[in-house]
Amino acid sequence: MIEKPITDYDEIVKNCSCSYCGNNCDDITYLLKNKKIVGVRHACRIGASKIINDQDQRLLNPMIRNDEGILEETTWDIALDKTARLLFESDRPIMYGWGETSVEAIKKGVKVAEVTGAVMDNQSTICHGSSIQAFQNVGHPVMTLGEVKNRADVIVYVGTNPMDDHPRHLSRYTTFPEGFFRRNGRKDRTIITIDPKYTNTAKVSDEWIQFNMNEDYLLFNALRMLLNGEVLDKDEIAGVPLSQLENLIEIMKNAEYGALFFGLGVSQTLGKQKNVDVLIQLVEDLNKYSKWSMLPMRGFFNVSGFNIALTSETGYPYGVDFSRGYPRFMVGETTTIDLLNRREPDFFMAISADPGVQFPGYSIQHLVNIPTIQVDTHWGPITELADIVLPSTRVGVETEGTAYRMDSIPLFMKKVIDKPENCHSDEWILTKLYEKIELLRQREDK
Amino acid sequence: MEYVLKNGIVFDPKNNIDGEQMDIFIKDNKIVDKISSKSKVLDVTGKLVMPGGVDLHSHIAGPKLSIGRLYRPEDIRKGIKPPSKNDISGFEAGFSLPTCPTIGYRYTKMGYTTVTEAAVPPLEAKHAHEEINSIPNLDIPTLTLFGNNWFMLKYVKENRIDDLTVFISKWLKLAKGYGIKIVNPCGSEAWGWGKNVDGLDDPEPHWGVTGREVIRALTQVNERLGLPHSVHVHTNDLGHPGNYETTLETFDCIKDIKKNPNVDRNQIMHCTHVQFHAYKGTSWRDVSSGASELIDYINKNNHLTCDIGQITFDETTTMTADAPMEYDLFRLTGLKWANKDIEVETASGLIPSIYSSHAPVSVLQWAVGLEFFMGVKNPWKIVLTTDSPNGGPFIRYPKIISWLMSQEKLQYMLDNEVHNWATKRTNLGTYDREYSWNEIATITRASPAKILGLNDRGHLGIGAKADISVYDIDVNDFDCTLKSNSEILENKLLNSKYTIKDGEILVKDANIVKLVNSNHIWCNVSGLENEEKVLEKRIRPEFNKYYTIKYENYGVNDHYIKPDTMINVDYEGDQICE
Repeated sequence: MIEKPITDYDEIVKNCSCSYCGNNCDDITYLLKNKKIVGVRHACRIGASKIINDQDQRLLNPMIRNDEGILEETTWDIALDKTARLLFESDRPIMYGWGETSVEAIKKGVKVAEVTGAVMDNQSTICHGSSIQAFQNVGHPVMTLGEVKNRADVIVYVGTNPMDDHPRHLSRYTTFPEGFFRRNGRKDRTIITIDPKYTNTAKVSDEWIQFNMNEDYLLFNALRMLLNGEVLDKDEIAGVPLSQLENLIEIMKNAEYGALFFGLGVSQTLGKQKNVDVLIQLVEDLNKYSKWSMLPMRGFFNVSGFNIALTSETGYPYGVDFSRGYPRFMVGETTTIDLLNRREPDFFMAISADPGVQFPGYSIQHLVNIPTIQVDTHWGPITELADIVLPSTRVGVETEGTAYRMDSIPLFMKKVIDKPENCHSDEWILTKLYEKIELLRQREDK
Repeated sequence: MEYVLKNGIVFDPKNNIDGEQMDIFIKDNKIVDKISSKSKVLDVTGKLVMPGGVDLHSHIAGPKLSIGRLYRPEDIRKGIKPPSKNDISGFEAGFSLPTCPTIGYRYTKMGYTTVTEAAVPPLEAKHAHEEINSIPNLDIPTLTLFGNNWFMLKYVKENRIDDLTVFISKWLKLAKGYGIKIVNPCGSEAWGWGKNVDGLDDPEPHWGVTGREVIRALTQVNERLGLPHSVHVHTNDLGHPGNYETTLETFDCIKDIKKNPNVDRNQIMHCTHVQFHAYKGTSWRDVSSGASELIDYINKNNHLTCDIGQITFDETTTMTADAPMEYDLFRLTGLKWANKDIEVETASGLIPSIYSSHAPVSVLQWAVGLEFFMGVKNPWKIVLTTDSPNGGPFIRYPKIISWLMSQEKLQYMLDNEVHNWATKRTNLGTYDREYSWNEIATITRASPAKILGLNDRGHLGIGAKADISVYDIDVNDFDCTLKSNSEILENKLLNSKYTIKDGEILVKDANIVKLVNSNHIWCNVSGLENEEKVLEKRIRPEFNKYYTIKYENYGVNDHYIKPDTMINVDYEGDQICE
């Protein structure tokens, strides 16, 4: 399909940051006509469509579900008052989401969580939280993406498919671009995809290593044994012929600079954080021979920023429970899914996230029984569950703010167009909520 | 607001006030010579009064801290404290890796008002400044990492000092940095290939540039620009037995460079955490102290200053841009290793470290640090630091002071508490020096302020910033030399009676009574704007090719540094050739 270039525009804004995936591509050009975005240059298809078509199914006014179960439009004051009271009166509130909002809003969220004794959690809890656990177990040898672009001659993708999920990962950051020490770009690099599925990333790789589902741990452990000179008495490990593994470890050992990217295919399959544990140990061992580092492929454009902001403010990366007035973090104890499965929460607020899409069915069921608040830009499954809907704005398009790329490089995202009149930024909403809760607290003290 | 601090015993080494009982007048944010009768009296009769503490090397904000917190929840748990009922501070969390608010609370309660963040990569400077916005109550200059920057390496390789001068001037503006930090020059770049450099004259494999060339070039640039602080150097070979020779060579390698006549400081190089750079021997088995040679050099020469990086016996976290060293430590200890390579600029590494009084190597390091305190005769040449959190967290400063002030306490430790390497492999046992309050005020206030080139603080003269700390110590009735008093002393220094910053009372009777936003201190060189524009235009294509973010999104936006103090430096050096 060939699309005609967009020529009908009256303003260009350059170097915007994309608000889709963890790549946070910051070279995006927005084409505007009459202060509306009509075109996007440099972005991938997903990013571009997210930026352009974003008025579709937009939440435009605050809503409260009435007695008949219908969402009814209301004023900000009423909606915020009701949210503040519900949150203030709850015993075990959860404030979940944050992947697609700014660090500034997250910091306001921490303040609200602190005064209400809430649990502050983000998408890490269902995605790379297990990777963070592994970092806490074993270590954290990472790099920024430019190191890969400039130096890497061997790049390994494990359990991730960036060609579909982070479309510009290979073209802008790792594989294809010219690097300082890799003048010929793709030709100077060996790309290996390790995945049970033949993905689009596997298609553009030099080698695809297919292994059996859920045998990640076995596979990586075998690689590590081979690296450390152990003899394996099997011809095939996790469905991979031994010779192929021997060949792989030779390539890895002889790399000048190796980079390993891993995704949820590793961190959310059987073994979870243990898979990542052994992968980290493999990278640590490889550094005896060569230079290797690794990076989890973070999903939303600011999930990494949430972990960073939360560690700055509370010390812990996700699943932080303020119920005792000081932060506590214990995976399985203070993490959202586990809390929902134990039916503990009596209040749930989703901020720039849709648990209706992301959570297991059994966990979501509980949301029907408790007050559920949605703070987001668009209609989605969670809207159908929500008792109160607070329409917010899009960071990097309608609101400015800080976000951290998957490799933790901070970017300041611009405000380019005006927000819909009756929508407010997450930061504004949380600031108002904080003020209202403070008032309730003072009233109670009296 | 006007205050009079009445009848305190004042130690202000810069103004030669050594334990005089006197009043100090504060009007608004300055110290003045007289005030109106409406002023509020703070009666501190007989109590210890010093300028607000100044820390010139600490790691408190930026990516290293974030990684540390993320991967060491066990350290966060160690420092958990619920919100105080007596004061307005919130909860505390973290021991060697405190959260941002916790850093502010703890420093303020110790009477510190200025703390330097010692290593910020420009690419992630926004992160550091964002974190500073969450730290309350301090003035924070940040030092910008240049020692492995590719542009710098290129200019040094091609001997383009003019370009380098303009580059540094521009980059300090972009990173909102205060001064030039050099960490393991060329070594961290070599780590991009899993290598390191060995010593000052070992060229980096790709660039062919040596540490000596980098340090010399950046020192020349620093003096040419006339930055208030000198180059701040973490020399090559940190933590390797035998490294004292490299350190000596580094001390000497810039001796001939002329200091800028307009600056107030005495030094042209500040060598940081020298304790980690002062070992003799060939391995950890035959290691011994190399402090004597370095102390001798420091005593005989005036072109350099240093801070100690004292070890305290704690489980802490080491973090540095000297990433290859951290990997060596990982191979040595097997503890969990974190590493982060930052494109075009630097690398960094972290690893937990357990310094035990029973472990020979820890004890040797501890004793080497104390040797510097004892051996360097002029306290204006040294500064008390732990390279926090590398040698130990900053909340151990008072403990170190209690060791320095009591020979009895130190001797007791040597005799009963620490491994015998302290006496067998170092010269610590040969000293019998005891620090006076005046000397303590020098190494924690006056000297770091002077070395940093921040003339408005570190003293209590008329016109100085009203940054003052008062401790609940009756100077004339409290014998710091007694071992039995050392714990009391530590406690009193941890919990100030008053901490006053910019004329505002932040701590009263060990309770935090006010929280203010921290101030970002940065250096702006004026006079090179045209040259900067030319350079910018020239390097922008290269920049956009080798970085993964656009040049336009690289600098720290102004809203990240509110409030700030811009130190303006007028460029008066030679004409720059285009």
